[in-house]
Amino acid sequence: MNRQTLVSLASGALFGAGLAISGMIDPARVRAFLDVGGAWDPTLAFVMGGAILPMIVAWAIVRRRARPIVATEFHLPATRPIDGRLIAGAALFGIGWGLAGLCPGPAIASLGVEPIPALIFCAAMVLGFGLFSLVPLPSITRKGLGDGFQAAR
Amino acid sequence: MPGFPQAMPLHGLIGGLMIGLAAALMLLANGRVAGCSGLFARATGIGSGDMPRSLALAFAIGLPIGAAIVGVTIGVEARFPASFALLAVAGVIVGFGTRLGSGCTSGHGVVGLSRLSPRSIAATATFMALGIVTATALRLWGVVP
Repeated sequence: MNRQTLVSLASGALFGAGLAISGMIDPARVRAFLDVGGAWDPTLAFVMGGAILPMIVAWAIVRRRARPIVATEFHLPATRPIDGRLIAGAALFGIGWGLAGLCPGPAIASLGVEPIPALIFCAAMVLGFGLFSLVPLPSITRKGLGDGFQAAR
Repeated sequence: MPGFPQAMPLHGLIGGLMIGLAAALMLLANGRVAGCSGLFARATGIGSGDMPRSLALAFAIGLPIGAAIVGVTIGVEARFPASFALLAVAGVIVGFGTRLGSGCTSGHGVVGLSRLSPRSIAATATFMALGIVTATALRLWGVVP
């Protein structure tokens, strides 16, 4: 296993542990956060705030570095305009998120905690990925979709 | 927390810091965005992008390992909807939507927001709004998944 793969594994494990400790992995709590007019649970606002703090520092460091620590270059999403596709995708995602209280990170992480329902959700999510890949989209947009990893800062 | 008996602000903050540190590690060491939907799509071989699949797979395998370690040591509450049909429908919508919208709570909500990316700000505002509408509608219709 090379160093980049080890970093990915460590980052994923730390990410998963953070999701578990924060309550983000608990679909009922996530839905209670989204249901602002019900018995609102503000916990996830603290999760978002806590997660953004180290990343603000990280972006400041990225701007001063020519290359990452164990890789040759930064692969960052290219800056593109806000378009209907972005909004439609985010809207659909929001509906699915509100329905089950699960977004992709917690869904995958919960495979290690509640494997049966998590597997159903994750398998369905992969089906959703597959359905999307069947949709004919202009090739230039499709290239930017997915991870959108392009060397632009 | 006064007024919010269910809230766990300290757990949320600590877990959130860990999530942010994990994303910072991915960015500073590997030069990659820790976006869970994109990484998972890439890990399954469906997502596009120039990232080696082994990197995405390692991240995706790390997620449940980290959660399981917390589950075994501290304990984790994960109250899933009882309906497998609802889980399946929501999963398909989340999978399709995150591909169409190029990201989810992690890629847009954490990595993109902290970069002040206009696209991520717009996406986060949109999925938060629709998540709130959907969760509220479920309660009003008396659907408790």
